[in-house]
Amino acid sequence: MVSGAGGGGNDVQWCFSQVKGAIDDDVAEADIISTVEFNHSGELLATGDKGGRVVIFQQETENKSQPQCRSEYNVYSTFQSHEPEFDYLKSLEIEEKINKIRWLPQKNAAQFLLSTNDKTIKLWKISERDKRPEGYNLKEEDGRYRDATTITTLRVPVFRPMDLMVEASPRRVFANAHTYHINSISVNSDNETYLSADDLRINLWHLEITDRSFNIVDIKPANMEELTEVITAAEFHPHQCNTFVYSSSKGTIRLCDMRASALCDKHSKLFEEPEDPSNRSFFSEIISSISDVKFSHNGRYMMTRDYLSVKIWDLNMENRPVETYQVHEYLRSKLCSLYENDCIFDKFECCWNGNDSVVMTGSYNNFFRMLDRTQRRDVTLEASRESCKPRQVLKPRRVCAGGKRKKDEISVDSLDFNKKILHTAWHPQENIIAVATTNNLYIFQEKVN
Amino acid sequence: MEKLKMLFGLAVNEAKLTSQRTRLKNQNGFHLCRLSREVYTFVSPSRMSGSLLNMFSKGTKRKFSDGDEELSDESLVGARVASSYSLQRQSLLDMSLIKLQLCHMLVEPNLCRSVLIANTVRQIQEEMTHDGSWHMVTEAFCGTGQSPSERLVATEVLCRSREQDAEPKLFSVISYEGCREEEVVADETLCSVSVSETVSNVCLAGRIGQCWEKSELSDVERDEEALEDSRLGSGEDEEIDTEDGASTEGPKTIGQVFGTFEIKNGSPGPDSALEELFSDVDTSYYDLDTMLTGMQSAPKMGPYDLLDSLAPSHSSPSIVSPPNCRSDLNELDHIMEIIVGS
Repeated sequence: MVSGAGGGGNDVQWCFSQVKGAIDDDVAEADIISTVEFNHSGELLATGDKGGRVVIFQQETENKSQPQCRSEYNVYSTFQSHEPEFDYLKSLEIEEKINKIRWLPQKNAAQFLLSTNDKTIKLWKISERDKRPEGYNLKEEDGRYRDATTITTLRVPVFRPMDLMVEASPRRVFANAHTYHINSISVNSDNETYLSADDLRINLWHLEITDRSFNIVDIKPANMEELTEVITAAEFHPHQCNTFVYSSSKGTIRLCDMRASALCDKHSKLFEEPEDPSNRSFFSEIISSISDVKFSHNGRYMMTRDYLSVKIWDLNMENRPVETYQVHEYLRSKLCSLYENDCIFDKFECCWNGNDSVVMTGSYNNFFRMLDRTQRRDVTLEASRESCKPRQVLKPRRVCAGGKRKKDEISVDSLDFNKKILHTAWHPQENIIAVATTNNLYIFQEKVN
Repeated sequence: MEKLKMLFGLAVNEAKLTSQRTRLKNQNGFHLCRLSREVYTFVSPSRMSGSLLNMFSKGTKRKFSDGDEELSDESLVGARVASSYSLQRQSLLDMSLIKLQLCHMLVEPNLCRSVLIANTVRQIQEEMTHDGSWHMVTEAFCGTGQSPSERLVATEVLCRSREQDAEPKLFSVISYEGCREEEVVADETLCSVSVSETVSNVCLAGRIGQCWEKSELSDVERDEEALEDSRLGSGEDEEIDTEDGASTEGPKTIGQVFGTFEIKNGSPGPDSALEELFSDVDTSYYDLDTMLTGMQSAPKMGPYDLLDSLAPSHSSPSIVSPPNCRSDLNELDHIMEIIVGS
């Protein structure tokens, strides 16, 4: 089953494909993966880390003689995208950690991606070179110039094949537009503009213009004392180039139409679910804070991730989500501890599969959850070194909330809250997923019989 | 003037020290959490600690089931539950205040986290105001007679007051009698920090009030006066507490906290350089009690020998009585005294 990713009538079984990254448990700070993103064809998979580097993996073309061996992802290019900076005025370091990577749709032979840290967005061009010109008249092969007087004949230089070289070069640097930390970037469907969002503002850029951006959302209060809400994520609609959404720390999502006015402070739609009074606690607001928002591929739905759940919203219905899935409800009674050790502030991402039938998000203990919308089924899987044999099928995991622990279950108190899966990505067409643990990237694919 | 020059020099030196990473890990796997550029404390990794969780989960469940019912006075159990809930709520408040203070001190504070914690603090204080328990607490310590509900909760706790009267303002609503308390004097630009070696906690001194060990009070007073005179005589009366665009409208509350998140644009002139220097000074003092949980291992001094040499006198923990509030300037003077090391 290659096309028609996921879902359908059968249960998809996931098996291990590859793992990237160092094996040892002592994790170097700089190697912590901070973002994962497939490109539009799924052929390339980019990761960003805390050290400001971007690593791009390329899917090898399928080996037809061994159809069971799904194509693997191998390193294609590695480059240093951002460097640590120092803000001298405020005496603050600006982290080089890559917060987000977004690919541009491919227009020619080269690939383009946007990568951002807290303050600066860069457009990178990744191009291949597999031929080089030989036979210059004025230059020797090693580059030395020939004495023009010694030349007696002329020849036409020709291209000869060489070892593939992948070059990454920064084509644009979009800087100095954000006072606060950038949390999202999103490329518009018009392929000309993109937005960048920080805690209080959203700016609209043109890909060709680096010295100017338009501010389209500003929720900074005149008096910072009154600040009670920040922007947590933003995304453009996949088809409507005038529409974007942004989520807040209070659990609301605002959909804005850029045709309505230049400054989109007034939303066109406000998506908010009324609070369940029986679940109210001091932590209600914190766990309602949305950490990620993603439109479905068909543009009719959007998915939000808050601390304990994933919600699917129909864009035409603002007062409540159409579907709600619990990710790790067993943590609800542990919120105080999670507040104490700051885990309650972890920002989990979520993603759709290619045909919007299954969604995926991460959890603790290197668990991640697959939530099948059509079958109303969900499964918890684990990314661990123990299930690393090639094509080893992943066994569903269960967490025991309390009471008697069955065999193979793991109790809530044994969960490792240091091992969290915050970043996941799903191939746009196939059932291939990339799951990032702290410093390792796991690639799983569907079991092919 | 002499002292101001020294301060300036120190600040410049301090700026050179900031190549450190924000997080390190010690051999035990504890995360070395950066409180400020100078202060590190160890925060345990994310293993769950059952102690507080059971306490609080029960408490919150209680709250749900009680709803709006009033606890009957006849029932002893009911009363006990109520006080247990208040205790838990109080500890949550304490925890939140420490977190907020910490993140205020961090080099790169996370605005979203700060906002969420501040909202939690407000929520608790609103509820306490509603209960009447907030009123009792503030009266006990503040004695200003002002109705606490008139003020933004976070105001009193988080921010220094900018009232013109020299009346010391309440900053701490916590009173755990007999608890050992620690104090760290932290200042962003001046980086004068002292950390107790023995205590399992780090207490951050805020701008309002402080807790000094009684025996040190007299010394403190003397030194502060000396420093204060010299400062006032300097003619550069940028009030140390001055913020950018500071207004005297009223207490700057979360604004104080969140104001530091902004990048200050524009190039300061020569005079404003000094102002710029001091405008970052946040001498918010807090009297924070020993945390019940949270910071679990003994804090170690980071690789900052400078710190050690500057503040040897504050290496011992101090047991404090209810806070003795002082005016802002005196506090800052004392910090400078420590830096100067005289």
